[in-house]
Amino acid sequence: MSSSASPQPFLRRPRWSPYLVGASIGVLSWVVFALVDKPLGVTTSLTGIAGACATPFLGADAVANNAYFKQHAFKWDYGMLFLVGIALGGTISALLSGSFRAEKIPAVWQERFGGSVALRFVAAFVGGVLVMFGARMADGCTSGNGISGSLQLAVGGWTFFLTLFASGIVTSLVLFGLGRSTKN
Amino acid sequence: MHLFAVTPPITQTPALIAAIVFGAIFGVLLHRGGVANYNVIVNQFRFRDFTVLKIMFTAIIVGGLGVLALNSAGLANYHIKAANLLGVVLGAGIFGIGMVVYGYCPGTAIAAAASGSVHAIVGFAGMLVGGTLYALSFPWVSKTILPVAAIGKKRLPDITGVPPIAWFVVLIAIAATVFYLIERHEKNAAASASSPTT
Repeated sequence: MSSSASPQPFLRRPRWSPYLVGASIGVLSWVVFALVDKPLGVTTSLTGIAGACATPFLGADAVANNAYFKQHAFKWDYGMLFLVGIALGGTISALLSGSFRAEKIPAVWQERFGGSVALRFVAAFVGGVLVMFGARMADGCTSGNGISGSLQLAVGGWTFFLTLFASGIVTSLVLFGLGRSTKN
Repeated sequence: MHLFAVTPPITQTPALIAAIVFGAIFGVLLHRGGVANYNVIVNQFRFRDFTVLKIMFTAIIVGGLGVLALNSAGLANYHIKAANLLGVVLGAGIFGIGMVVYGYCPGTAIAAAASGSVHAIVGFAGMLVGGTLYALSFPWVSKTILPVAAIGKKRLPDITGVPPIAWFVVLIAIAATVFYLIERHEKNAAASASSPTT
């Protein structure tokens, strides 16, 4: 790492090697398993936030009586603070590398669907709905199933990982086509 | 394949502080790995950028070998989720559609939103609606979908009889081959293309 000829200090480089990052996530999961006896995961705690945010719309009784929200009530517990940590890490990392900037439309989206902010926001919202609904039905997302499940050789984790990739490839074919030229 | 009753060394308030520290490390890694970026994630599924695969596959192998060793030494418990296979397949299918449309998965979405992506914040609101829709449909889903092909908290060694270490040897061989091919492909693409995307 330090033998690199890059003049930028490691902590300020905008990108690290994906292999180094993957290995570090692996080591992080050793530490988390051994020290706090929890796997890495995200959407279990997001459900608690969803329930808290749904309360004004559905009514406190409806949320309190929902079997699923009851299992995943909002609390400032380990999982919730882990999410706070992810946000903190994202901000610190972006500030340190000087890559913090407001992005409304990403380049790949703009190239295919144009510069409408409204269209991108609608898609992001709908995509967010699908991601969370799917993650809850599968009982875990890319972190909880894809990484934590797969690294324990869980049948569910590998089923999730492989199905997710198959679905994503088909979806991107439908949305973006096969075109090799960037002008398609 | 019995579970050890390991008591975690860190509990209560220190564990909550640890949660923020571990989360922050994870957030930094996702951001510097490049996966808090719509373009990187979507281009993985278009076979134009292999960052997501490199990170996930490396994390699974390195993490898996370590957790296997820790578990064998009695220093860590496994946390296996029940494999309700119809639910996992349908859920992962829906998740994959959403991941391409949104451009993030839940963890990377939080890191992206926190590093300036406005559409990631919009999609975060969508995720909360998605969680609510799931909670509302849970009585139906838990009766109709989750019990189908529900095989329980099973690991690949349980259903195949192939021991964990052999699984990792196979995974390492697959990863080495796939990574070699990807690196060669990327070198060729960089050499031949004068105008690479993103």
